[in-house]
Amino acid sequence: MAVCIAVIAKENYPLYIRSVATQNELKFHYTVHTSLDVVEEKISSVGKALGDQRELYLGLLYPTEDYKVYGYVTNSKVKFVIVVDSSNTSLRDNEIRSMFRKLHNSFTDVMCNPFYNPGDPIQSKAFNGVVSGMMVQTG
Amino acid sequence: MESLTLSDVEQKYYSELFVYCDTDNTKKVASNGRVLDLFRAAQLPSEVVLQITELCGATRLGHFGRSQFYIALKLIAIAQAGLPLRVESLNSVKDLPLPRFIVGKNEAEARHAALYQDADSQGVYPPPGVAVIPRPPGRGVQNKKGPPSTAAHPVHEVIQPLAPTIETQPEPTSPVVSPHQSPPTSPHSWRKHKRQPSGGNPDRPAAVAAPGVAWTQFREPQTGPAGADGMWPSRSPPPAGQESWVSFTADTPPSSTLPAGHPSSVQESTTVRTVTSTALPNEIQRQSSGYDDPWKITDEQRQYYINQFKTIQPDLTGFIPGSAAKEFFTKSKLPILELSHIWELSDFDKDGALTLDEFCAAFHLVVARKNGYDLPEKLPESLMPKLIDLDDSAEVPEPTADVGYSASPEEGTPNKSPSMPSLNQAWPEMNQSNEDTAIVHPVPIRMTPSKIHMQEMELKRTGSDHNHPASPLLAKPPELSEEAKLPASMKFAAANAVGDGYSSSDSFTSDPEPITRQRSQSGTSPETLKVVAPPPPPPRPHPSHSRSSSLDMNRTFAPSTAAGAVQPSAIAFPPAVPPRPLPTQTSVPVAGLRVETEAGPARGAALATTTSPQQIPQQPNFADFSQFQAFAASEQPSSLPEVDKHSEEAQVEKMAEGPAPLRTVKSDGPADDRSSAAVNSAKGSSGPLAPPPKPVRRRLKSEDELRPEDEQHGPQKSNIMAAVLATQPSIPRSAGKDKKSIQASIRRNKETNTVLARLNSELQQQLKDLLEERISLEVQLEQLRPFSHL
Repeated sequence: MAVCIAVIAKENYPLYIRSVATQNELKFHYTVHTSLDVVEEKISSVGKALGDQRELYLGLLYPTEDYKVYGYVTNSKVKFVIVVDSSNTSLRDNEIRSMFRKLHNSFTDVMCNPFYNPGDPIQSKAFNGVVSGMMVQTG
Repeated sequence: MESLTLSDVEQKYYSELFVYCDTDNTKKVASNGRVLDLFRAAQLPSEVVLQITELCGATRLGHFGRSQFYIALKLIAIAQAGLPLRVESLNSVKDLPLPRFIVGKNEAEARHAALYQDADSQGVYPPPGVAVIPRPPGRGVQNKKGPPSTAAHPVHEVIQPLAPTIETQPEPTSPVVSPHQSPPTSPHSWRKHKRQPSGGNPDRPAAVAAPGVAWTQFREPQTGPAGADGMWPSRSPPPAGQESWVSFTADTPPSSTLPAGHPSSVQESTTVRTVTSTALPNEIQRQSSGYDDPWKITDEQRQYYINQFKTIQPDLTGFIPGSAAKEFFTKSKLPILELSHIWELSDFDKDGALTLDEFCAAFHLVVARKNGYDLPEKLPESLMPKLIDLDDSAEVPEPTADVGYSASPEEGTPNKSPSMPSLNQAWPEMNQSNEDTAIVHPVPIRMTPSKIHMQEMELKRTGSDHNHPASPLLAKPPELSEEAKLPASMKFAAANAVGDGYSSSDSFTSDPEPITRQRSQSGTSPETLKVVAPPPPPPRPHPSHSRSSSLDMNRTFAPSTAAGAVQPSAIAFPPAVPPRPLPTQTSVPVAGLRVETEAGPARGAALATTTSPQQIPQQPNFADFSQFQAFAASEQPSSLPEVDKHSEEAQVEKMAEGPAPLRTVKSDGPADDRSSAAVNSAKGSSGPLAPPPKPVRRRLKSEDELRPEDEQHGPQKSNIMAAVLATQPSIPRSAGKDKKSIQASIRRNKETNTVLARLNSELQQQLKDLLEERISLEVQLEQLRPFSHL
């Protein structure tokens, strides 16, 4: 269960960011922002086999004392960042991958919508629903 | 024609109608086409219509002048009232209701009903004035003249040339009616596109604007295209239609407020207003009232949507690309966010394009939203593409073939959907896009002969053609209906086949209704089940078999375990190359293992005694085969598991023979003998096929164990037999461990195989060398001979 999910565009501005904790939300924003550096680093390193699913999934970007940050980049350089609470029973890698896959699928659905202009903030209800399903179900 | 006196209402109405029919703007003559359409809309029998036209004098004149038109209208009213058509009655009938014209699919009725629903709670047709009025065919005409009103939608032509008369009265009444937009005007309003043209009234726009914000939105687009589009023929931008359509929602309230009385000014005004927003309210009301399911699409709506679809994409089975759809729906002036949500809901297959069903769903959602309904979180069932297909079957006129085809599958689809949701999305596309391909679909269905037979049986049993995409039925000359059904059934079958791939059993159980489909499913499912079940992999030939077959050992050894004679033949392959230390050496490591295993048993060799003499002469020949034999022996154990115990036993015996000779060979010393014995044993074992090398090995091992015991015993044969017997108990053990042992033995066998192959090549090389040597020697000998002679 993620604590914060963010979708960042190619130009590194957020298309969608949502956190579960209403307070400290800024902290998550900051975390996501700093994780972008790590993402860029990983992207630049993987120069050859692009488009590989493994390449899309970047894995654990960096852990902190409270949470872990996972990254995923699409072929169009749209980045997904998931912040997971460390106190949670550590989610298996597969689960994180499946979360990213779902995110990616629903993101492509949003993209397919002709009414959505790429670069706009994502306001799709369906996307929101998917993200809510993945967020920590706190009270 | 006698003079015709019309009441004011009638006068207005008729003039409106005349204007509607006056497509040429002559103000004198109503176009025959329009008039005839109008008369048809009156829902009178054609003879009556003919009579009317004759009576009114149009037949005489050859066209409908204004007076003739009015007379005709009056006569229509008379006829609708059930009175006999008489010229005299034109003026005598009092309080004659205005002629009613049915627009499209009972739109008028709908409108009437809707109109008065609130008022009277009845579906009674309102006084014609009201009912008819809203349709401003005249408006459309007015539009043609370029009124600011929205362009007429390319909706039903028949529309109702209703109540243009009302137009005249809009102003005074409009303020009264401030229309609140009633909800689902939707398609009606679209159809009534004409109404929009009513925008000609200056008041209307005001009045229209008053009621609803939505209207204002439409205004602009309406005004835009207004000039361009006359009535139907021009493609009034759908959005315009939409807008007007949406604006109609406002109309319904007004219409609802209309008293169910004879045309009153209020009614007229309201109707006028409705005209502008037109008839939508009526329809909307009707829709809203008529629906149990707010999301259901009525026939008129559907037809309207289809027409709109055609404006974008003439091919009803094609797709509307996302960009085109975006433009289309943007005209509805809904916020982009809502449009985006609607898109997400309606793009069922998430392909970025809208099929006809998806488009209808989206359109319906837009209409609903315009009318104030909130967008659902997920697509309502009635809007799901699969269901829409059903609705479509009756609606779509053009793709009749498709409809015909889709009819049967459609029956199935709904049923199918619950069972095979995964196919739901596929169905609409299948139905829409390719009837032909749908027909073709069944072809690829995997058909096994059993399946075909099953289908045949199924067909005969059920008497339906559905199932057989397969040949048998197709080959038969089905009736056309069957043929028509066939594609459907084939589609079903295809789907079934596909579905069967997913869950044939599920589809079975979950579809009770469509019997045919069920049958088809049942027909296919067992077949598919059969197909799915089927091919247990053919029993793999024993490795020994394959090997032996490659060596032709089965044949050679099958006949006789003794195979003394056979062995030589088998062994005869290699030229009589003297057993070389090399081969033996090479074979030793290969066969070493086996030899070792056989070492123990070799001692028994009772059988070996019997076989050894046979083998001894052949031993040289065995040289080359020793490896194979050894290999065979090694393989035998691997094949053991596959063989039943009896065969194993038999083979064991043979193998006993084999190992016996092997043992004897070993006892004799030369590895060749051993190998030959191994070969023999292998041959013997391979003959029966099951000489599972493993068991042999085990046997050998056990024999090793037993060997020391039996070594000194009397006949080696008995020892061997004992060994064999001893190994037999081991067989169950081996059987227990068969799998692993088999795999292990397979691996070993493969290794030995490669080694042996290498050996073989080396030996062949050696053989060649030897032959060359021999030739050289012979040559030397010959050379020497003369010398000797000399």
